[in-house]
Amino acid sequence: MIFAHADLNLILPELVLVTGTLALLLFDLFARQNGRWMTHILAILLLVLAAASVLAQGMGLTASGWSGVYERDVLSAVLKLAIYGVSALCLLYARPYLADRRLWSGEFYLLVLFSVTGMSILVSAGSLVTVYLGLELMALSTYALVALDRDNRKASEAAIKYFVLGALASGILLYGLSMLYGASGTLDLGEIALALGGSQPTEPLMAFGLAFIIVGIAFKLGAAPFHMWLPDVYEGSPTAVTTFIGSAPKLAAFGMAWRLLDTSLGGLSEQWGDMLALLALASLAVGNLAALVQTNLKRMLAYSTVSHVGFLLLGLLHGGANGYAAALFYAIVYALMSAGAFGMILWLAREGFEAEEIDDFKGLNQRSPWAAFIMLLLMASLAGIPPLVGFFGKLVVLQAVIESGRLWLAIAAVIFAVIGAYYYLRVIKVMYFDQSTDERLIPATDTGLRIGLSANGLAQLGLGLFAGPLLAWCVRAFL
Amino acid sequence: MSTWPLLSLLIWLPILGGFAVLAAGPRLSRPLALAISLLVLLVSVPLYLAYDAGATGAATMQFVESHVWIDAINASYALGADGISVALIVLTAFVTVLVIVGAWGSISHRPHQYLAAFLILEGFMIGVFCALDALLFYVFFEGMLIPMFLIIGLWGGPNRVYATLKFFLYTFLGSVLMLIGLVYLYLQAGTFDLATLAQTPLSLSAQSWLFFAFLIAFAVKVPMFPVHTWLPDAHVEAPTGGSVILAAIMLKIGGYGFLRFSLPITPDAGHEWAWLVIAMSLIAIVYISFVALVQKDMKKLIAYSSIAHMGFVTLGIFVAFALLRENGNENATYLGLSGAMVQMISHGFVSGAMFTCVGVLYDRMHSRMIVDYGGVANVMPWFAAFMVLFAMANTGLPGTSGFVGEFMVILATFQYNGWLAALAATTLILAAAYTLWLVKRVLYGEVANDNVAALTDINAREAFVLGSFAFAVLLFGVWPAPLTTLMDNSVAQIAQLLLHSKLP
Repeated sequence: MIFAHADLNLILPELVLVTGTLALLLFDLFARQNGRWMTHILAILLLVLAAASVLAQGMGLTASGWSGVYERDVLSAVLKLAIYGVSALCLLYARPYLADRRLWSGEFYLLVLFSVTGMSILVSAGSLVTVYLGLELMALSTYALVALDRDNRKASEAAIKYFVLGALASGILLYGLSMLYGASGTLDLGEIALALGGSQPTEPLMAFGLAFIIVGIAFKLGAAPFHMWLPDVYEGSPTAVTTFIGSAPKLAAFGMAWRLLDTSLGGLSEQWGDMLALLALASLAVGNLAALVQTNLKRMLAYSTVSHVGFLLLGLLHGGANGYAAALFYAIVYALMSAGAFGMILWLAREGFEAEEIDDFKGLNQRSPWAAFIMLLLMASLAGIPPLVGFFGKLVVLQAVIESGRLWLAIAAVIFAVIGAYYYLRVIKVMYFDQSTDERLIPATDTGLRIGLSANGLAQLGLGLFAGPLLAWCVRAFL
Repeated sequence: MSTWPLLSLLIWLPILGGFAVLAAGPRLSRPLALAISLLVLLVSVPLYLAYDAGATGAATMQFVESHVWIDAINASYALGADGISVALIVLTAFVTVLVIVGAWGSISHRPHQYLAAFLILEGFMIGVFCALDALLFYVFFEGMLIPMFLIIGLWGGPNRVYATLKFFLYTFLGSVLMLIGLVYLYLQAGTFDLATLAQTPLSLSAQSWLFFAFLIAFAVKVPMFPVHTWLPDAHVEAPTGGSVILAAIMLKIGGYGFLRFSLPITPDAGHEWAWLVIAMSLIAIVYISFVALVQKDMKKLIAYSSIAHMGFVTLGIFVAFALLRENGNENATYLGLSGAMVQMISHGFVSGAMFTCVGVLYDRMHSRMIVDYGGVANVMPWFAAFMVLFAMANTGLPGTSGFVGEFMVILATFQYNGWLAALAATTLILAAAYTLWLVKRVLYGEVANDNVAALTDINAREAFVLGSFAFAVLLFGVWPAPLTTLMDNSVAQIAQLLLHSKLP
């Protein structure tokens, strides 16, 4: 294979990430503990640089390279920017928490960066092999991240659970991919669609392949009934890691879902549309109802993730550009909200005080009105209350669902959204209406975290009031 | 016409001002909030003066601003005000000033957050009254929930958490179904522009679904008979300012929604189902009045009387359907719609004033129970004078603003069906019964106990608030012409839309 210069330019962001990460690995090896600050800053800069390289390529660049295994299109550019941005925020939020718990090590940054590289490859995948390669790089790094606090039993248990179930999901997905290959005789996503052009979805190989792929995707996204790993892993992981695995990977999983379902299996959209409708409905029901009874904030947010995945699937199942744009918008908005919400726990957590129970937030408004206000914005946005951006995410998804003729699904979705509003309101209630009892409830003073989280919270308002540009890019991604 | 974006100014000035008050901290917040609210009231004056009430047809919508907002879904930041909007905007600005003055001495817990919440709420409410884009309307409509949720939950009574959650979830459930309706409409028309939506042809079944989506959202807000149960709870637990805003403005948004959405967008379904809404309104007027009669809590009593009075608003609006489509009686239609509007404005003043009166007593005695009072007039003569005036307005005594709207609606209803009018007119007796009985038990008789004997009369600040309310109540009672001329052509324009069938 001859590597043309154009091919190298195509993978510029990944090149930057890989070389940068390897250099950082060496740097961190020689840096002392007090050089860790440099690792922290360099890791964030690396993500910024990767984002800049995406912009340098040009947002509108559409090309396929490396014999078709790598795709660069507007969708991959938008997703990469969002992934890098959200991951950088997660790194910013994680530092004080990790430092307090003697977990502040170079490995954290390296694993996050490798995982981000995996996501980056995944959203640019042009062939089944690239899909699997990217997915595994992303997933393996996150398994190790969950086990970062290796002496903590809960975290170790979560890591094992995550690893076993994640490997199972990867296996199922791989099985599905192999059937797809068997049915079409090619690995290229675009060619699969051509090869399958005339085949009937009732052919056993196709039907099974599709079902396995859907299950694999549902596992990775955390859609009910394949969500069982999610609450345990979210709760068990160190919160700094939960912040990361709860946000950016959802974007990558969305990219993977779209590449597999639309690019290669677009002809079967009627079949997978109905499958996704069931998954979406189950996720909305399970996620919202289970979140109602949680007392642990991390667990509550985990179940709320399941319900948001339901909304994301609602956008996806429309099977047209409008639906995909809505789902992409929702995924980006959700990743931001989720990073912010877990980031709030990091902001309040200190050594010996995890701040992960909902009651730990009691009376936050008395202690720190600003922190309470940011959390208010995040919770209201998650609940989908205008003018916050979470509302616009729900709006465009509902529009896609109604357009696809599934009015009943839209009605079910909004009713579950109202049920969901209750548990977000409960957090607001605890912060504002209850008296503070715990003296330890004082937000951390780390400047980076404070600025990052404040920006994250205010972005809920800003992106809501000016939802036009982001939505326009999401629409452009599927033109 | 002025080139200033007056409406944008009226929306964003209080919202940004609210954040400034939040930043200013507890000590500076009171004068700053008062200054901002006065400024908003000041800005609303040119709005009233510059509004050309003589314009007819589509020209009734003035001060129009339109900018692209979210291009991908064709939503625009479109504002405009007709006579109805102008009246409600001025009411909002006026009442907010009084609420902020009223909070001066009675709110000591986190006053900056309290005042900021009211200012932000004011901006959202004004936004609701001038949005010409359905999505923008919805954003303002829902945006009000969070500040009100905090106002009731943070500064409310003992059972405030229950009340505020009930308020929030009730309203939220009502409005999300409307959102589905709006999205459906958008997919039909390709735009959220209200004027275009009013022209889009729709089959009767589609109109009926939409009609019910709107009905649920606005009936919860008004609130109408079967979905009113959140209101007494919310009112009882809310702080005085919250009750005043809730009764004076937020309930009006339900009535306003009917005028802007149900009437123009689903006229045929509206005609089809008018009987249902008329029945619900009459139940509100008669049954809820009886409920008010037996209340032991002053705030609850006034809350129920609000529901009964708002029944006149919905009665006036929906009897117009029947009048216009069945009898072709345009004059009576205008009368019904104008009556509903006058009733909305008047109820804004009267209910706001009544809740302020209860607040004055509550600040002193920390009780809302009627039995704890008695003979208050002996120790608080000035207060008693005001309260009696507002009580008279509440019963609809001629010479007060409460009379005008009710009379117009009853007249209109009479031209449709005498029996319905007779039922509606029972309010004159029932409202008198529960209001006067309240006045008798609280104000008159012997001084009931030592606590009452120790009461001091209203101070200058309270006198200013109550005096302002009294001025408005009397002004529009004896001279409603400024209000009716302001709204006449706008009402006529809405009636025209009503007449126009949208069946394909």
